[in-house]
Amino acid sequence: MKSLVTILLTIGFLLTIQACGDDETTDRRADVQQEEGLTEFELEHGIGPITERIEIDEEIDQDLLTKGRDIYEMKCEMCHNMEGRMVGPELGNVLDRRSPEFVMNFILNPGRMAQDHPEGQKMLREYMTVMPFQNVKEDEARAIVEYLRYYAEHN
Amino acid sequence: MTQIKSKKLRGILLGAGFVAIAAFVFTGCPGQQRMLDTGDAAQKVYVAPGEHDEYYGFFSGGYSGQLSVWGLPSARFLKVIPVFSQDPETGYGYSEETKPLFNTSYGFIPWDDSHHPHISQTDGDADGRWIFINANNTPRIARIDLVTFETKEILELPNTGGNHASSFVTSNTEYVIGGTRFSIPYEQDLDVPIDSYSDEFRGALSFIKVDENSGKMDLEFQIVVPPYNYDLGRAGKGPSADWVFFTTYNTEEAHTMLEVNASRNDKDFIAAVNWRKAAELVANGHGKTAPGEYYHNYYEGNQGYAISEQKNGVTILDTREIDEDFIYYLPTPKSPHGVDVDPTGEYIVGGGKLATVIPVHSFSRMLQAIEDGAVVERIDGIPVLDYDATIAGEVENPGLGPLHTEFDGRGYAYTSVYISSEIVKWSLETFEVVDRIDAYYSIGHLMITGGDTKNPDARYMVGLTKTAKDRYLPTGPKQNHPAQLYDISGDRMELLLDFPTIGEPHYAQAIRADLIKDNVAQIYEMEDNDHPHALRRIADNRVERDGNVVRVFMGSTRSHFRPDNIEGIRVGDTVYFHLTNLEQEWDVVHGIAIKGAQNSEILVAPGQTKTMKWEPNRTGIYPFYCTAFCSALHQEMQGYVRVSAADSDVPLTWRTGTN
Ligand code: HEC
Ligand SMILES: [Cu+2]
Repeated sequence: MKSLVTILLTIGFLLTIQACGDDETTDRRADVQQEEGLTEFELEHGIGPITERIEIDEEIDQDLLTKGRDIYEMKCEMCHNMEGRMVGPELGNVLDRRSPEFVMNFILNPGRMAQDHPEGQKMLREYMTVMPFQNVKEDEARAIVEYLRYYAEHN
Repeated sequence: MTQIKSKKLRGILLGAGFVAIAAFVFTGCPGQQRMLDTGDAAQKVYVAPGEHDEYYGFFSGGYSGQLSVWGLPSARFLKVIPVFSQDPETGYGYSEETKPLFNTSYGFIPWDDSHHPHISQTDGDADGRWIFINANNTPRIARIDLVTFETKEILELPNTGGNHASSFVTSNTEYVIGGTRFSIPYEQDLDVPIDSYSDEFRGALSFIKVDENSGKMDLEFQIVVPPYNYDLGRAGKGPSADWVFFTTYNTEEAHTMLEVNASRNDKDFIAAVNWRKAAELVANGHGKTAPGEYYHNYYEGNQGYAISEQKNGVTILDTREIDEDFIYYLPTPKSPHGVDVDPTGEYIVGGGKLATVIPVHSFSRMLQAIEDGAVVERIDGIPVLDYDATIAGEVENPGLGPLHTEFDGRGYAYTSVYISSEIVKWSLETFEVVDRIDAYYSIGHLMITGGDTKNPDARYMVGLTKTAKDRYLPTGPKQNHPAQLYDISGDRMELLLDFPTIGEPHYAQAIRADLIKDNVAQIYEMEDNDHPHALRRIADNRVERDGNVVRVFMGSTRSHFRPDNIEGIRVGDTVYFHLTNLEQEWDVVHGIAIKGAQNSEILVAPGQTKTMKWEPNRTGIYPFYCTAFCSALHQEMQGYVRVSAADSDVPLTWRTGTN
C-alpha cells in the first residue's frame, strides 16, 4: 500500500512539473485565433524564418528561375497545379494573393503556418491536408518564388 | 581469496553443496524476489511521456532472425530491425531492393537465427556507427547502419558450420570475427562418412576486415583449426587488443550424442589468437588460397537495389603448415561457453558451463608463459599452455552452469548462471562472490550498459532469460522470452523491471543514446536519390512495357498515387511498381499493396524508392491502396489496375485526376 502511494505521488509530482511548461497544444485545441499573438509582419508575411522584407529585382534572374523550377517539379508539383486546385491551392497566381515573404514562410514552415496563422488555418479547413515541409532551404524557397513570378508573368 | 596454488581443480568437491543452493534458488517464488521498494523501482524506470530514454538497447531476435531496439531503462519497445528474416510489416526481403540481401551459396535463404549483436568500437568503447550481428544457421554476418537503422550488408562465411562465435569486433573495429560452432569438412561440399570426423573435419575462425569509413566487410582470412566446437569469441582490449579469444568444447571430437560424448574431458580450451600476427602472416604470403563459395550482399550509393556478389576462394592459415605460432590453447574447465575480457584487458573469464568454478586467465601471465615456453603439448601445431601458468584465479561457489560475464569497471564482474538461474557478482581482486540475485527463469546472456567495453557505463544490467512461465499473463504453451532490468549502481544488484521481448533475445548491447540519436536520419533526401528507377519529378510518372515486363514509375504523396488508373496489363506480365515517396517530412510513410500479390506490402519512407513485383494471373480489375495511415484522406489513397487476357490488345495507358 505504501508503495502504491509512492507511485501515485511520484507520477503526480512529475505531471505537475510537466504542466508548468508552456504548452502549445492547449492553445491549438481551444482553436483560438492567434491574431493577437502574431506581429503585424507575421500577419502580413507569414510565420517563419523570413522576418523582414526581401529585395527582389524587377528582372527575372535566370539561374534562380531554373533552380526554382527544378525544385518545384521535384517537391511541389504533385500537390499543386498552376491553374485550378489539387491537393493544395493553385499557385499560378499566388503572388497576387500573397507576398513573396509569405510564400517563402509557407514553404519553410508549413506546419506552423497551418496551425497558427489565420490564413493557414483557413486553408487547412478547406483542403483538409497539412502541407508537408519538403526539406527546402531558404535560398531554394527564394528560387521557387522566382519561378512563380516568372510563371505569373508569362501565363 | 582463491588464487590457485595446486594443479587440481578443487571445485568438484563443492558440487553437492551447489546443487542444494541451486535447488533453493531455482524454486524461489516471485513473492520472494529481491527488488527495490516498488515505488523506488518505478521511479528509476519511469521516463515521462515525450522524454527519451538514456540508453538504446539492441536485443538480438534469436530464432526470429531480427534485431529489436529498446529504450532503457523504461524498456520501451522502439522497433524491430529486420536482418536475416523476411518481414512483411516493412516489406524487407519482399521488395526487389532487399531481396538480394538473402542470396547465399545455398540459394535464397529467408530466415536465420541471429545471436550476438555487437556495436562497432573505437579504442575499446562502443562508437554507435554500426551494429553487427551473426546468423548461426547459414553462416553470415550482417552490418546494420545506425543512421537509418537498416541492414546494409550481409556477408556469407564459407567452410563454416553454425557461425556462433560471432559477430564480435576488435577494439577499433579492425575486424569482426566469425567462428564455426560445428566443425565440418573444410573442403567444400566434401561427401564423406560422418565418422571420418577426426580426419576430415576442421574448424574455421574467420577474420573479416571492416573498412573504417564505409564499414564494408571483406573476408580477409580464415584460420583452419582442429575439429572442435568453437563456441564464443571476444576481442581483447588495452594491452590485449591485438588478440581474440575463442572458447572451444567437444575437444573429444564427438559427432553423435554430444550431450554425453562431448562432456568427458575435464578441460577444453580457450583459443587465444594473435590476430595482428595472423594478419601479418597473411600479408607476408604465408596464407594459401582454398576454395570457398560465398555471397557478399551490400548496397552501393544512397538507394537502389542491393548488389549480390558471388565470390569464390578464401585465404587460409592452416596451423599444421605454419611454423610460426600465432594461436595458443589455454586449457579451461569444462566445456566453456562464454569468454569475456575485463575492462583492463588483463583478465580472460571463461564461462565454464559444466565446471564448478569460473576460471579466470591472466593475459600478462599468458604472455609470460609463452615467453617461458610453458607448453605442455602441441595439437596440430598449436601450443597448449600450462593451465597453472596462465590461470589467475578460480571463482568458487558460482552456482550451476556459469555462462557469460560482463563488467562494471569498478572492479566487479557479473556472471550469468543458467542451471541455478541467477546472476553472481564477484570481485576481480579477490575472485570471491559478493552478491547473487535470481533470474526469471534460466538465464543465458546478461548485458551491462557498456559492460563489454573498456569504460563500462555500468548503470543497468539486463538478464536475458529463456522461459517466462508464470511471470506474466499467460499466453499459451509457448510464451515470449523475458528480460529483466537490474540496477547495479549500488553494492547490491536490485531488480527493477521484468518485461517480455521479441523472438529469443540471445545477447544484447546498450549504448548511451546521445552517441546515436543526433545522427539518426529523418528522411531520404530526394536530391540524393540515386535509385535507377526513382521518380525525380512527378511529371515523369509513367508506365513502360518491354516484352512481358512492365514498369510502373509511380509517385506517392498524401493522399494519392500517380498514376492511379492503369490499363493494358496482361495476364503473364511481370509488373514492377517502383514507388517513390515524394514527401520530405520525417515519418510520413506511404505503402502499397495490390490484390492477389504473392508477397507482402512494401512500406516506403519519405524520399525513398521501393519496388514491388506483381505477376497477375487472372483478368479483372485490381484495386491497390496505401497501407500506411498517412493523412486524413488516407482512405482515398487508392487506384485501379485493369488486367486483360494474355492476347488482348488493350493499349497500355495510365492517368491520374481525369475522371
Ligand atoms: C502533400 C501535398 C503538398 C505538397 C508536396 C506541397 N504543398 Fe503547398 N500546400 C498544400 C496544401 C494542402 C496547402 C493548403 C494549406 C494547408 O492545408 O496546409 C498548401 C499551401 C501552399 C501555399 C499557400 C497558398 C496560399 O494560397 O496561401 C503555398 C505558397 C504552397 N503551398 C507552396 C508549396 C510549394 C512551393 C511546395 C513545394 C516546395 C509545396 N507547396 C508542396 C499541399 C502541398
Ligand atoms: Cu498514404
